[in-house]
This record gives sequence, structure tokens and C-alpha cells, in this order.
Amino acid sequence: MTLLVPLVQRVFGVLFKLLLLMIFVFPFLWMISTSLQTFRETLSYPPTLVPAVPQFINYMTALEAGPFGTYFKNSIIITLSIIVIQMLVLIPAAYSFAKYKFKGSGLLFSFVLLAFMIPGQVTFIPVYLMMSDWGIGRTLLPQIIPFMTNAFGIFLLRQYFKQIPEELIEAARLDNASELKILMKLMLPMSKPALATIALFSFVSHWNDYFWPLVMTDSAAVRPLTIGISMLRETEGISNWHVIMAGNVILVVPILLVYIFCSKQIVKAFVYSGIK
Amino acid sequence: MMDKHRILQAIRPYALILPAMLGIAVFVIYPVLYLAYLSLYKYNLMNPAKSKYVGLENYTAILAREDFYKALVNTALYTFGTVVLTLVISLAIAVWLKQSTKINAFIQAGIFTPHIVSVVSISLVWLWMMEPNLGFLNFVLKSLGLPTSQWLQSSDTALLSVIIVAVWQGIGYYVLILVAALQGISPSIYEAAALDNASKWKVFYKITLPMISPQLFFILVIMTIGSFKVFDTVRMMTNGGPNNATNTLVYYIYQNRTTNIGYASATGMVLMVIIGILTFVYFRMLAKKVHYQ
Repeated sequence: MTLLVPLVQRVFGVLFKLLLLMIFVFPFLWMISTSLQTFRETLSYPPTLVPAVPQFINYMTALEAGPFGTYFKNSIIITLSIIVIQMLVLIPAAYSFAKYKFKGSGLLFSFVLLAFMIPGQVTFIPVYLMMSDWGIGRTLLPQIIPFMTNAFGIFLLRQYFKQIPEELIEAARLDNASELKILMKLMLPMSKPALATIALFSFVSHWNDYFWPLVMTDSAAVRPLTIGISMLRETEGISNWHVIMAGNVILVVPILLVYIFCSKQIVKAFVYSGIK
Repeated sequence: MMDKHRILQAIRPYALILPAMLGIAVFVIYPVLYLAYLSLYKYNLMNPAKSKYVGLENYTAILAREDFYKALVNTALYTFGTVVLTLVISLAIAVWLKQSTKINAFIQAGIFTPHIVSVVSISLVWLWMMEPNLGFLNFVLKSLGLPTSQWLQSSDTALLSVIIVAVWQGIGYYVLILVAALQGISPSIYEAAALDNASKWKVFYKITLPMISPQLFFILVIMTIGSFKVFDTVRMMTNGGPNNATNTLVYYIYQNRTTNIGYASATGMVLMVIIGILTFVYFRMLAKKVHYQ
């Protein structure tokens, strides 16, 4: 009896935790279930939890509602270009801010912090006008180049670089290593966690981005997946939930796969960014 | 030869930061100045040459328009609701899940999932969940014998519904941060409190809360600034409606962005000032250190 009470408590503890988990996971299961239902099943009461026959055709219907090949390709090009360009820009900048003393570095770094604080929701109107003026409004560039400087990335990597002992760098210099070699062979390998954090962050935020492509694009040719999926409600009718949810699954699956395979790194990256 | 080397040395730090600074100058500093400039004009999108300088007219128009105040109040209510609910719930969950066990880590990863999914998906799923006639939420309420709700479709509950979705999506991240903070508290402090026979509530108020106050403050600030920029869920789920019940500052700017660029820009300047003030307060308080030391 005395042994039984803690056991029962433990079982209830786990049950309540699973209940809590369901609050956050159920909507996604509901999305998948709906995406496989017939239109009639989505109208039934009580709601259909498991479709009688999985309707994979909903996915075809969703994909035929717009140029989803183009949307998908645009999302990949935009996200990867941003990550590559950001890395090329932020690594040298972080190195310079962390390891060189130069006139005006404090002031220049405060500009990085300023950039960190001013959001796209403030700058989008002028940036849109600039892009049209430059004649690149109808390309993918308005969704890529405004993000070339990742202020958060510079900040994070600079902190990381600073922690690498000066003696290591001096020793390498005595060995006649060039600055480029020091950066590539010493600094970067030692900063892998920070680089992974920055890349994951960029991937998640730009793959998911809705606001910026919405205000920057006027034509299907340059739109990413998020916009394509959000437009399903207009093209498919607002009550065709089975098709809308099928499109939604297509949008969520890539990011969920990434999350399932590296949830530990992602969780660590997010915690790290929050505490520093 | 020696001189060349020295010049190179002197230039190098600047050359390395040049691309980053160029990005900031072109895509942050210049647009802000441009925004300020636009806010003083009655801008003609079709023919910019016909734009007319109007001084501060756009700003006085903002102050005179009721829909602006409506958007401002909605944004403030949204921010308040989201911040308070998130802080309280994430703290409760974090205290519950703070022991580092396998199941707790698993639950935390699950709760965190919505945070990395696009707002587009989240909004669509919740639009469906909150559908008044067929949606799952009302089905659950009805099954439990509770009154159902019109959720997003009534101006009384729409803003609250948007808040619920925001809290649901964001909470996993804050649980992670708070759990990490709670695990960072040294056990010896709790042992000392146990020796003094302090009650559980007292330990929580006098030890736990002060010890994690920096993280709580971090969450407060990050969320306040983030909430003032709310747009995606509003655009996806309500389009500011019904009857402007969920119109927020950024959505308001978005609505006016093509028809009235000068006015939208002036509103953008107002948004920037609000965010600036919030950030300033953050750094001031950070300097004073909200901490136990």
C-alpha cells in the first residue's frame, strides 16, 4: 500500500504531462487527419477523427490550385541564398569586431545594435519603393538582399570569437599563419555551435516568413510557399478545409522533419540565443 | 614595402566590416530616413513627381482619426494579454517540468514545436479549430457541457482568440528559457531554505522568483516589443475584423500602404518611436540590473 501511492502519483503525473503535450500537438494531428478526409467527413458532427479511407487526392487538388513547383523552388532559393550571403557578410564582420581594436569600432557596433532593433514592419514601405526604383521589384532579390546583414548573427558570433583565447591566435601568427588561415582553421571550427545556431535561426525564420514576401511581391512567379498556401483559402473556397489542410501539411512537413532530426540542436540554439 | 603592410593592417578591420555596414546603411538607415521623408508628403504612387509636401499634416491626421486609436488600443490590449498569459503559463509549466528527466525533455520539445512552424500554418489550423459550427474547439466545449463561442467571428471574442493562438505558439520557447534558468539555481540555496523550514510558497517568492528575474525580464521585453509588431496572425485569421476588433498598428500600416503612402509612413514612424521607447526602457533597466545581487 505504501508503495502503491507514489506509483499512482507517478502514473497520474505522466498522464497529466501527456495531456499538456496533446494541447500543443493535437492541432497538428487534426490538420493531418482533416487533410485526408472527404469534404462530407469534414462537415460531420461529431467531427471525424480518423477518415474512413485516406483521401490522398486532396494533396493533388491542393497542388493543382497554383504553381506550387515555383513556390517551392522560390522558398528554397530564397532561404539558402539568405543563409549563404549572411554567413559571407557576418563572419568577417564578427571577426573584426571581436579581435581588432580600431577607431570608431564602438560607434559602428552600435549601428549593428540599431539594425537589430528596427524591424521590417517599419522599413518595408521605403524598401519596396527602392526595389521598384532599382528595377528589381519583380525578381527574387527584394526577398533576399535586405537580409544580407544579420545583426543578431554578428552579435552572437562576436561574443563567441571573443571567448577564444588571444594566446591561440598569437601562437598561430608566430607560425606565420595568414589572417585568413587563422579565421578558417582556428576561429570557425571553434565556433561551430554559434554558426549552427545562426544558420538554423535564419532557416526557420525565412522559410516561415509571411510578412516580408507578402508586402514585397506582386506576382506568382516570385512568391514563396507560405504565400501560396495562404492563398488556398481564396482559390479553393474558405470551407474546403480538407484541401486547405492538405496544402498546410505540405508547408509544415519540411520544417517538422528538420525539427525531428535535430530537435536537440534547435532547442539548444533557441535556449542559447535567449540567455546570452 | 613596409608602408604597404602597415596601411593594409590599418584598413583591414574596416574592410572586414564593410559589407555588413553597407547592408545596414542601405536597408536600415536609409529606409528610416526615407520613411521620415515620405511621412511629410502626400505621395503619388503612380507619378512620384506629383507628390506634394504637406509638412506634419499626416501626423495631425493620425491624431484625429479614430481608427488609428482603435488600432493602437487593440495593439496595447493584445500586447498586455499575450505578455501576461505567456509569463504566467510558461512559468507554471516550467516549474512543473524543471526536473531534467527524459519525459520532461520530450514534453518540452513537443510544446516547442509550434514555435518553429510558420504562422501561416498555425493560423490556418486554428481558423479550422475555431470554426464556430464544425470546429474542434466548440465540439470539445459542447461535449463538456460548456457554452460554445464564435471565436474569431465575433468582435467580442476575436482579439482574445488571436491572443490565445499567439500564446499557444510562443509558450514553448519561454518554457525552455525558464527551465534552463530554474535548473541554473544552485541546489544549496534550496537546502538552506529547507533547513529553515520555509514553506513552498515562501521559497518560490523569496528564492525562485528573484533568482530567475533576469530571464523573466528578458521575456517581458522581448514579448512586448514582438507583440507590438503583431501582423501575421491578424492578416491570416481576421483581416483586422470583425468590425476592426483586431486591427493592429502594423495591419493598419499595411492597409494604408498603397492608397495613402504618406499617411502609412507617418504611422510607421509612430510605430518606430514606440519600439524605440520600449527598447530604451529595456536598456535603462538592464543597466540597473533586475537581479538578486
